[in-house]
Amino acid sequence: MSKSPRLKIHVDQEKCQGHARCKSLAPELFELDEFGNAHEIGDGSVPKGLEDKAWLAQANCPEIAIEVTEE
Amino acid sequence: MSDSVSVLPDHPPVTDWVHDFDHTDPRWTENPFPIWDELRAECPVVHTKRFLGCYLPTTYQAVKQIAYDTEHFSSRRVIVRDIRPEQTASAPPITSDPPEHKPAKQLLLPPFTPDAMKKLEPRVRAICNELIDQFIADGKCDAAARYTKHIPVRAIAHMLGIPEKDGELFIKWIHEILELGIKDDATLMRAVHEMTEYFAGHIEHRKKHPTEDLISTLMNARDKNGQPLSDTHVLGSLRLLLIAGIDTTWSGIGASLWHLAKTPADRDRLIAEPELMPSAIEEFLRAYSPVTMAREVMKETVISGCPIKPGNMVLLSFPAANRDPAMFADADKVVIDRKENRHAAFGLGIHRCVGSNLARMEMTVATEEWLKRIPDFRLDPAGQVTWSEGTVRGPRQLPMLFGKPS
Repeated sequence: MSKSPRLKIHVDQEKCQGHARCKSLAPELFELDEFGNAHEIGDGSVPKGLEDKAWLAQANCPEIAIEVTEE
Repeated sequence: MSDSVSVLPDHPPVTDWVHDFDHTDPRWTENPFPIWDELRAECPVVHTKRFLGCYLPTTYQAVKQIAYDTEHFSSRRVIVRDIRPEQTASAPPITSDPPEHKPAKQLLLPPFTPDAMKKLEPRVRAICNELIDQFIADGKCDAAARYTKHIPVRAIAHMLGIPEKDGELFIKWIHEILELGIKDDATLMRAVHEMTEYFAGHIEHRKKHPTEDLISTLMNARDKNGQPLSDTHVLGSLRLLLIAGIDTTWSGIGASLWHLAKTPADRDRLIAEPELMPSAIEEFLRAYSPVTMAREVMKETVISGCPIKPGNMVLLSFPAANRDPAMFADADKVVIDRKENRHAAFGLGIHRCVGSNLARMEMTVATEEWLKRIPDFRLDPAGQVTWSEGTVRGPRQLPMLFGKPS
């Protein structure tokens, strides 16, 4: 099996409207501020084993606010 | 159709949905999905001369484009009605446009975060069980009248710090404003007036006796200049919380139980695999989205190739968008473990429903507690399911029988 790439996530604050789907699907990767808007935890690096959750969060954001990049 | 207004002479039965749609037609109320499919196949945005001129986008793309476009589309009117009075009772931030919208909304966001909802959850669970206690021994109930209707009013009353027993009053006002008010201005105005007087009394009381509830939170809020909000602003936001937070979630809970009553396979699967509850709730929100919003066209524009002219309203149908097969695979099927679900049940863009986390929590808790206490149930063939008329859709009569069929 080939080595899977490291993922990095970022929530675009111009687009996020606080639907909080990402936080519900991947609480290890996203946190909410006092207004309920989402931010990636830390620098957005996705720990090994949580890649599927990153993609799932991205696929469920109604505002297309989550960017997932492969490093 | 005991809970809806009969079609007045100026609302003749629709014979041409593409050019003359009417969201108060009894066929729309009963089953709008095939109508939306027909319209979507014809054109992404259709128009009717009814309601003084109104557009209806039925594709996800067109709905999204309008929701994001605050330059051509204003939120100052959010209900499509037979009349369009110059003065309307504002309810910030839902009736606000930029730049006033953001500060008004930010005041309301902190009390409605998922963490804040976790604190409210035990009370909602208790409310659900208190309600079930009242009818479970009967072996049947009208779940809309006895259960789904009461959960959101009591929850929001709890948050606002007003007596939960006043919920009956709220239910009356909401029916008068959102359903009867489409065609009956006097009833709407009276209900708005009564509601405003009610909250004005609670505001006055808190000026002398401050509390820790949401009404006091709003009264203590400061605008960007450090000034307290006017009583008018506070009253408008309180009207919004009540109007927006009650029959919407009542409808969402009701549609979920309606689906589970007639789909034993989904019910059994949810009981066996409770970890599916979040995706099931999202799917109920998609497939049976209760809320259609509205916009007023301010400037001429083009949406999905269709010319849009000022002077018209727009029925912003998030429910139709959520049934668009171009956006959702098997859009007409309820798939409780759907993996990708960018549904727009709570809107898109800056007007995302401020109570979405509350609604999700109430729908989840109400469904969980019902399934725990009443795992077997079905629609009562002796009764009739009826749906609300207008822009919030949900079951208003939901007769259920408990237990396995004998």
